[in-house]
Amino acid sequence: MRFAVVQFGGSNCDRDTRHVLSDVCGVDTDLVWYKNGLSRSYDAVVLPGGFSYGDYLRAGAIAARTQVMKEILRHAKSGGLVLGICNGAQIGSEAGLVDGTFTLNAYPKFISRHVHLRVENADSPFTALYREGEVIRVPIAHKEGRYVAPEETLGRLNREGRVAFRFCDEYGNTTPESNPNGSAENIAGILSERGNVLAMMPHPERASEPVLGSADGIKIFKSMITYIEEHGHRRMTHQEFLP
Amino acid sequence: MKYTVAITIALKKGMLDPEARAIRHALQNLGFPTEDLSTARLFKIALDAADADAAREVAGQICERLLANPVIHRYTIEVE
Repeated sequence: MRFAVVQFGGSNCDRDTRHVLSDVCGVDTDLVWYKNGLSRSYDAVVLPGGFSYGDYLRAGAIAARTQVMKEILRHAKSGGLVLGICNGAQIGSEAGLVDGTFTLNAYPKFISRHVHLRVENADSPFTALYREGEVIRVPIAHKEGRYVAPEETLGRLNREGRVAFRFCDEYGNTTPESNPNGSAENIAGILSERGNVLAMMPHPERASEPVLGSADGIKIFKSMITYIEEHGHRRMTHQEFLP
Repeated sequence: MKYTVAITIALKKGMLDPEARAIRHALQNLGFPTEDLSTARLFKIALDAADADAAREVAGQICERLLANPVIHRYTIEVE
């Protein structure tokens, strides 16, 4: 099993994410510079947090249009897992891997603090080790994390169980006060139509060891590993990666 | 022919514009009777095209491919 953590200019959670995957979870993990592309096939690709291209134009917009993202779209189309964290979530939504978009916080300031999340779907490759309704504590750090989508998209996400996490209070209530950035319906993480892509604004890699104050986020990575162990992943041939 | 296209990217009607809200509050605090305020971004791009229509067509592609996010943005194009 092998994971890729894709680095763009401005990525800054790439090494943290690799540390959690390789040192804490014990998975072979490559740091992949975006210009080098996915030179081999991977079981899962992680788009880490940071500020790709300085968040110029819109967070994630420029990175989403790089060549490596075409390869990641093909990886996702073949059923491969993709996890986008924070700036990675913004890149994923800008690339069309998930519906909707993440834009400027309702109070237009950078927020960095721990929040509570309610696990809405414990049936996905990313959340299977949680219980549905479980409340976890994970940090956020973003200025453009307010999830926005048209009404009909929100309805479809709800019907299809594609909301992975919602911001909530410590008891699991999704109140306006527990919504740090004004996201539609307190949405903090969403799944793609096939469920093999998760885009989330909170940082699970910053909550994956007790020394960090919370280890609630590690189950996302462990869920992915368990899913790949159980289901395998059809590894794409190099030929399929060629444009 | 050389053309300059002026592309204005704005939020769709009804979208929350936190920057505009903050600016409007500041103007009100300065005593200006500000009823409403919206923000937009202007991009001026010099490009080579056969005619003005072709320049407009390219500008449209630029908006669709990168400058605008269709979930939240609308755009206008002027060819100068």
